Amino acid sequence: MKITLKVWRQKNNTSKGAFKVYQAEHVSEDMSFLEMLDVLNNELVVKGEDPVAFDHDCREGICGMCSLYINGRPHGPQQTTTCQLHMRTFKDGETITIEPWRAKAFPVLKDLVVDRTAFDRIQQAGGYVSINTGGVPDGNAIPIPKKIADEAMDAAQCIGCGACVAACKNASAMLFVSAKVSQFALLPQGQAERKERVEKMVAQMDAEDFGACTNTGACEAECPKGISLTNIARMNREYFVASLTSYEVQAKGDGA
Amino acid sequence: MKLESKAPQGPLAEKWTKHKFNVKLVNPANKRKYEVIVVGTGLAGASAAASLGELGYNVKAFCFQDSPRRAHSIAAQGGINAAKNYQNDGDSVYRLFYDTIKGGDYRAREANVHRLAEVSVNIIDQCVAQGVPFAREYGGTLANRSFGGAQVSRTFYARGQTGQQLLLGAYSALNRQIANGKVKMYTRTEMLDVVLVDGKARGIVTRNLVTGKIESHSAHAVLLATGGYGNVFFLSTNAKGSNVTAAWRAHKKGAFFGNPCYTQIHPTCIPVTGDHQSKLTLMSESLRNDGRVWVPKVAKPGLRAKDAAGIAEDDRDYFLERKYPSFGNLVPRDVASRNAKYMCDEGRGVGQTGRAVFLDFADAIKRDGRNVIEAKYGNLFDMYKQITGDNPYEMPMMIYPAVHYTMGGLWVDYNLMTTVPGLYALGEANFSDHGANRLGASALMQGLADGYFVIPYTIGNYLADMKAGEKISTDLPEFKEAEKQVNERISKLLSIKGKKTVDHLHRDLGHIMWEYCGMSRTDAGLRKAKGKIQELKKEFWNNVNVLGGSGELNQELEKAMRVADFIELGELMVDDALNRSESCGGHFREESSTPDGEAQRKDDEFMYVAAWQYTGEDQPEVLHKEELIYETVKPTQRSYK
Ligand SMILES: Cc1cc2nc3c(=O)[nH]c(=O)nc-3n(C[C@H](O)[C@H](O)[C@H](O)COP(=O)(O)OP(=O)(O)OC[C@H]3O[C@@H](n4cnc5c(N)ncnc54)[C@H](O)[C@@H]3O)c2cc1C
Ligand code: SF4
Ligand code: FES
Repeated sequence: MKITLKVWRQKNNTSKGAFKVYQAEHVSEDMSFLEMLDVLNNELVVKGEDPVAFDHDCREGICGMCSLYINGRPHGPQQTTTCQLHMRTFKDGETITIEPWRAKAFPVLKDLVVDRTAFDRIQQAGGYVSINTGGVPDGNAIPIPKKIADEAMDAAQCIGCGACVAACKNASAMLFVSAKVSQFALLPQGQAERKERVEKMVAQMDAEDFGACTNTGACEAECPKGISLTNIARMNREYFVASLTSYEVQAKGDGA
Repeated sequence: MKLESKAPQGPLAEKWTKHKFNVKLVNPANKRKYEVIVVGTGLAGASAAASLGELGYNVKAFCFQDSPRRAHSIAAQGGINAAKNYQNDGDSVYRLFYDTIKGGDYRAREANVHRLAEVSVNIIDQCVAQGVPFAREYGGTLANRSFGGAQVSRTFYARGQTGQQLLLGAYSALNRQIANGKVKMYTRTEMLDVVLVDGKARGIVTRNLVTGKIESHSAHAVLLATGGYGNVFFLSTNAKGSNVTAAWRAHKKGAFFGNPCYTQIHPTCIPVTGDHQSKLTLMSESLRNDGRVWVPKVAKPGLRAKDAAGIAEDDRDYFLERKYPSFGNLVPRDVASRNAKYMCDEGRGVGQTGRAVFLDFADAIKRDGRNVIEAKYGNLFDMYKQITGDNPYEMPMMIYPAVHYTMGGLWVDYNLMTTVPGLYALGEANFSDHGANRLGASALMQGLADGYFVIPYTIGNYLADMKAGEKISTDLPEFKEAEKQVNERISKLLSIKGKKTVDHLHRDLGHIMWEYCGMSRTDAGLRKAKGKIQELKKEFWNNVNVLGGSGELNQELEKAMRVADFIELGELMVDDALNRSESCGGHFREESSTPDGEAQRKDDEFMYVAAWQYTGEDQPEVLHKEELIYETVKPTQRSYK
């Protein structure tokens, strides 16, 4: 296959970026999307041109490191991660446009690499159960109905990729945050800090320049792990209940 | 130097308890006066950093990804072992200990393995308390399965994403300590050297992967939890970024490297499709419970999966069932892998490359119905289809072995300390408790055991002897010298401006390693490999092309530094494989086999850990032996006939 690539190039965080066009002449349909970029990069290096920077690690659809906004959709045309997308999904002669995630809270670091540490800071605000190592009860001391455990697992599957934010016209992080809030709201282990957690995580989300949620559902449609909108509904409920009992929290600013 | 395992005396089952009592303690009020560096925040590193932070130490943690949540541990699928005996099927700490020692082909330290089995039960409790959503039975208790041929059901799992959920649990504990100010996290930061002051590990030199800035960090102790080195083969099931640099730099500063030749090759991976291939994907071992492995009796070059049905039953060779009637398709990983290789070497491999065998579910579907097979393996079948485009409900899968795990690593004593005082290695980075071969679902267990339950005790023993608050400045000449060396190395790489890309040279290394130091090894092959690696090293340092500068995000430079270290490690692996002229676990030496071609251990000659000491650039490494003494178990020869 021959493919034309329109790739966003940007030297660093402070410089202005622009699209650059490349011809990928030797694309096999068995290649993954990232392998296609590897081949392009090797050709660029041989020609003495700066290769395209992009994030990736596991290449198995689980680490959440790969990103890429492909032809106007996060992770491209299928509901998988970019690393699991294969070139047989595209047609010979097609032009593919590749951009980084676009969101104020995810500044571009170089080319297609963005800074998603805002997600980590939200998790640091309350995405845990406050227990220390040791001194915990036996694993079977807390029976959890299978249905609840399964539902918590559905929410816990989020890989933190940020496609939901990239898909949303408001760049809202609600799907990501609600997945963690839901996991702990469902499980008995999460009860002690239930109210405090949702308040702190939402406050941090707001402090990170993510937009508001207007229920367009674009996040769910593009999430590679099928995280459901019901999590957002649950988080709204959790937040409402928590705010009635008015637990006071202060968000830490950027970079905390 | 004599290697001392520091394993405590006394009855096996009492060693750890006794040791915990005997180690020195650091006064709670003094803990905040100590700083500890943790490099790597996978299962081993994140659990260690969080636990040490909880105890009151000041921790600095580092990873090269943009978030600790993305460490390679995230990709583990199958599960984690623990001797809970929740199923009442006869499991016990002793049985898990015994299975691990035997599975490791009697090349692991008894005391360590018993400790691992002891703390395995605490790990599950800890993870449950963190909110890890393990699979449950209808009654609400934890579910278990039998994994990798184990005779008891002791594996805990969270769908096919156990590593993800365990890592997110450790990550949440780590986040809590970051929020508390006890752990300072440095992401997108790569450690490039260890700094020794007065013979002790007192810090590291790092590169900020976004700005390129080289920096030093000092501490009272340094922990490496930097994962395994499977990517020395270029193609493996490891994440692309997994590398040996941290361990290798430590090795060059005096930490001995244990059993580098022990690598695990997993039989069921998706085969290579072409030169563009960047990594290999593991298909769960559980598939061999129902899939039948075969190749045509007579070579059929280029045979495709969709034409497999056209091969009559009589013309198929179900070679595992034929050679191992009692274990059949469920023989251990190394045996299954080696036999697939032999079939392909004979020219009977299938697919366009001829380096694949069929894994066929047609009989299972006929016997149990499609629904049953779908319920068991649906997600794996989908994954296979996504990657290959073939539908395994309609045609056999094609599989081939791939490098999966490295049992070798930095040599550590019972306290997890390397031969450099104050430098520790945890998780896959150490030479570990798995001997010559790791059992399924035991790596997650070991990583978390090291981080949650071993290092928090053993590090105190070392720190208690250091003066509290005895901080050192990164302005010391030792730090400046290490920074200078790192900078020079980077400048050198950027100045070569040769003709070959880093990936190209890495691939070349991978070919050499796979061909001569892979599934089966010979004296002649290994000698050839050594020469080839030395040539490759020369070529790398004269002909690599690394574009861009040092003061920016430069992924080619990151790769180049890692590959340079892989090349050196590759040579040591070959040396180790040459030295060990026996077959054991994942290391198969063709010269050391039984008349019917099975592995032959030589206990009288090789019952030791090979720990290699670096002696200088292009100098031969010196071998030290830690004799393995079996006080409790009696070694036997494995047989699966
Ligand atoms: C596909 C697959 C499936 C598996 N399934 C199972 C399973 O079912 N059960 C099981 O028990 N085991 C399984 N394993 C093995 C297991 O996942 C690993 O052995 C284990 O997770 C390793 O954990 P770790 O903490 O030692 O290292 P890793 O998770 O590899 O973490 C390494 C850390 O070190 C950091 N790092 C490395 N070098 C540097 C450096 N120079 N500077 C800064 N940071 C650095 C990385 O950023 C990362 O944070 C599987 C492995 C694979 C590949
Ligand atoms: S909710 Fe889905 S899209 Fe958003 S970060 Fe999680 S996995 Fe990615
Ligand atoms: S590279 Fe890990 S999810 Fe794509």
